[in-house]
Amino acid sequence: MSIPSSWYLILAALLFGIGALGVLIRRNVLIMFMCIELMLNAATLTFVTFSRTLNDIGGQADVFFILVVAAAEVVVGLGIVVAIFRRRSTADADEISSMEG
Amino acid sequence: MSSMMLLATSMTIPDILVFVTGALMILVGAAGVIVAKNPVHSALCLVLTLFGVAVLFIEQQADFLAAVQVIVYAGAVVVMFLFVIMFLGVDRTEDVHDEPLMGQRPLAIGLVLVLVGSIVALGSEAKWSGGSHSVVGINQGPYQNVANLGKAIFTTYLFAFEITSALLVIAVVGAVVLARRSMITNAPRTDSMGNPLGATTDFEGADR
Repeated sequence: MSIPSSWYLILAALLFGIGALGVLIRRNVLIMFMCIELMLNAATLTFVTFSRTLNDIGGQADVFFILVVAAAEVVVGLGIVVAIFRRRSTADADEISSMEG
Repeated sequence: MSSMMLLATSMTIPDILVFVTGALMILVGAAGVIVAKNPVHSALCLVLTLFGVAVLFIEQQADFLAAVQVIVYAGAVVVMFLFVIMFLGVDRTEDVHDEPLMGQRPLAIGLVLVLVGSIVALGSEAKWSGGSHSVVGINQGPYQNVANLGKAIFTTYLFAFEITSALLVIAVVGAVVLARRSMITNAPRTDSMGNPLGATTDFEGADR
């Protein structure tokens, strides 16, 4: 509780950076999804840190909604991945290029 | 992280130990997610990261969110990831060494370094303590964390909470429609699940 909030914020920035790096360099759609989850978790960590620093419960309420949205996003996203895989039998983002002009 | 910094603020040794443990779990897990060749290993490293985040939630007295983090993320979301990975059979290793785009990886690393550097620079420039405190409700106080959070969600954020339920229903219906479409593609037989899905079947049939 007495850890300064800047440590948490730097940690969250690092976590967000790792997630962004994963989205940029990996080509497996499922792993790109996991990296999006990493970035969402960096955002939630920031919210909770400011909730503690400013003594405001609103940050934690926002994290609650982020969790719900993340769960819904995973459901729909994995459904789309399954639908794509059924048609093309690949999970590689570079292979899904039929809308390329 | 020097000993002077440790002495300057009133951090206790358990706090530092918990923070360092959580931070190591988060960073090692996150690195494992993007480095692992096998998607199953990536999902397991994701569990490590999510547990680390839950540890840091507890360290910051967000008890309810830590519990929800473990149940929803480490429980439901990662299990769903693992289910899809094994269901699709993409758990073979991906060759992470060939680069289809020349120079994509160094460029991505450079961009991410710029991103993290600018986030940290912005954060160190800003005056975080300038905001107004306790707009929605107090975090610490006479009530416990769960009571405060529940009061905020069911009073201030009531409309957002109701919209959330609509969002979940939409997501579930969307997932069912997506899964059903692929099911029809492989096995075109009608089941006797319910009447409203008949219209969807006709539409999907006409679509193809």
